[in-house]
Amino acid sequence: MKLAFQIARRFLSSAKKQTIVIILGIAVGVSVQVFIGSLISGLQKDLVNTAIGSTSQITVTNKDDKLLIDNYEVVINEIKNTSDELIYVTPTATRGGGSLIKDSSRKELLLRGFDLTEANNIYKFTNKERLISGRLPEQTNEVMLGIGFKNAYEKNNINLELGSTITYEYTPSDSIELTIVGFFDLGVNQVNELWGITPLETVFLINGTQSISSVEMQVKDEFLADSIALELDQVLESSNLVTTNWKIEQASLLSGLQGQSISSLMIQVFVIISVVLGIASVLAITVMQKSKQIGILKAMGLTNKDSALVFLFEGMILGVFGAVVGVLLGLGLLYSFTTFAVDQTTGQPVVPINIEPSFIVLSAFIAFFASTLSALFPAIRSSKMTVIEVIRNA
Amino acid sequence: MPNVVELKNINKVYGENTPNPTQVLFDLSLNFEESSFNSIIGQSGSGKSTLLNILGTLDKATSGDVVINGKKTQDLKANELSTLRNESIGFIFQFHYLLPEFTAIENVLMPYKISKKPITEDVINRANELLDIVGLSTKKNNLANNLSGGQQQRVAIARSLINNPKIILADEPTGNLDSDTTEQVYELLREINLKFKTTFIIITHDRHIAEKADRIIEIKDGRINLDIKK
Repeated sequence: MKLAFQIARRFLSSAKKQTIVIILGIAVGVSVQVFIGSLISGLQKDLVNTAIGSTSQITVTNKDDKLLIDNYEVVINEIKNTSDELIYVTPTATRGGGSLIKDSSRKELLLRGFDLTEANNIYKFTNKERLISGRLPEQTNEVMLGIGFKNAYEKNNINLELGSTITYEYTPSDSIELTIVGFFDLGVNQVNELWGITPLETVFLINGTQSISSVEMQVKDEFLADSIALELDQVLESSNLVTTNWKIEQASLLSGLQGQSISSLMIQVFVIISVVLGIASVLAITVMQKSKQIGILKAMGLTNKDSALVFLFEGMILGVFGAVVGVLLGLGLLYSFTTFAVDQTTGQPVVPINIEPSFIVLSAFIAFFASTLSALFPAIRSSKMTVIEVIRNA
Repeated sequence: MPNVVELKNINKVYGENTPNPTQVLFDLSLNFEESSFNSIIGQSGSGKSTLLNILGTLDKATSGDVVINGKKTQDLKANELSTLRNESIGFIFQFHYLLPEFTAIENVLMPYKISKKPITEDVINRANELLDIVGLSTKKNNLANNLSGGQQQRVAIARSLINNPKIILADEPTGNLDSDTTEQVYELLREINLKFKTTFIIITHDRHIAEKADRIIEIKDGRINLDIKK
């Protein structure tokens, strides 16, 4: 073992240029893998975040969608006790079909009542890029409106000021005064032009009932949404409630994500294959180059096993150095990408990158094992080589 | 003197399973005594190298027995043969066959390292002593490639001795050396033979050299043509 390792090391160090070229070859493979992997996973995360990061991932409603959910506090408790994966859960009471009126200018409003602390975690109303001005509603009758309202009224030369009141007419004969405390921009026009958010109690007051229309929630790992929804379905079956989740509602997004994952995996697999082939062919040539040495070592009594180990060790040594250099190269590549390829306006990288230490360690290990594996065939070749074969060819 | 190597009815056929098999050795029997100095001569193609390779367990006889140190080698497994070679036989080849990646002293120590015994002060001293005997103590840290042909051959001789083998097999050890160096190398082998009581079996095509041996065996067409003991 020790001798085989010493010989392997000496073989490699005595052909420095060749060794460096092989290590670079492995390193480039590893760095491409690290880079592509981090890039795609970053894109993936960003896309998932944009698409479903700020929306309800599982929604519970009544089986009969015309009916509301009674005793909502009990239901919420039941839901929360079902899974630790549920991180944010808010009851939602909705009132539609009414209009905001200011200076006889009307605009349709869908009033959404939430548990605002939880809802803010889901919809992120107070995030820097989402909060245009003001704050979250805190008391009954306070409302935060989509930025679409402000713009629409501005066209009619009506300024919706923070702190001012506005009339919400929810039936031709009933109305309520709401205080505007803020404006949000959720990045979706339909929402910005239709939603006003308020504490649950405002909607309860208008509806004249303590029933809610749905429960909205987010989960720790968004890709588990469907299985958690299934669990919830079982728990809530008796209460006549059903769930829906983003994987059903956004099936095309999901298949897009899966497609991306698979193509990323394919790229990585082919990179590994090319690394393996590269090392195997170089080592196969090395065995031929060193056949004289192997012959003489065997004549002196080196066992077939040890002569195979020499090349396995060569593969391992190359793998270790290739992996280390490759990871450094890959990280350098990622670093320069995030540093130099930035959006001039926001200062954020053009392409979001997700560096996961576990993925990088995995890539390094794969390279190591691939190198060792690819040394297997040259090792077998070396083990089978006979002294007489070498002497005759000398 | 007891025999250290015995060959009994050795036949060697190349290409046994082909339409035109070639028999190289014919029913050849030979014994070599302990601490004797033997030379084998013969023309190219006479089968002398094949004989030496079979003696050294590098090649297998088609039939017949090879007994080394009392051990029948025909039935030994690959690993047992490796051990036998490592412990009992030293090889000196025509083209030196040093490992160019290693220094002179590392090359000398290689058979010992292959035996997997721990490297001790004693064995390093022995390697130095052997390099001293072959006159290369000043070059011991040179890479094998940085030595002249004669120097490499002398390192190979030192290497063949490191494990104290009973037998040294040499195939044209001076084949590509000039006549002065050839002379020196033979003097050296002779000295070692006397000092360590090592059995030498040397292939050469140089009659002048062969005549210095205690015994001359001539191989012709795969058979013993001449066997002279002085």
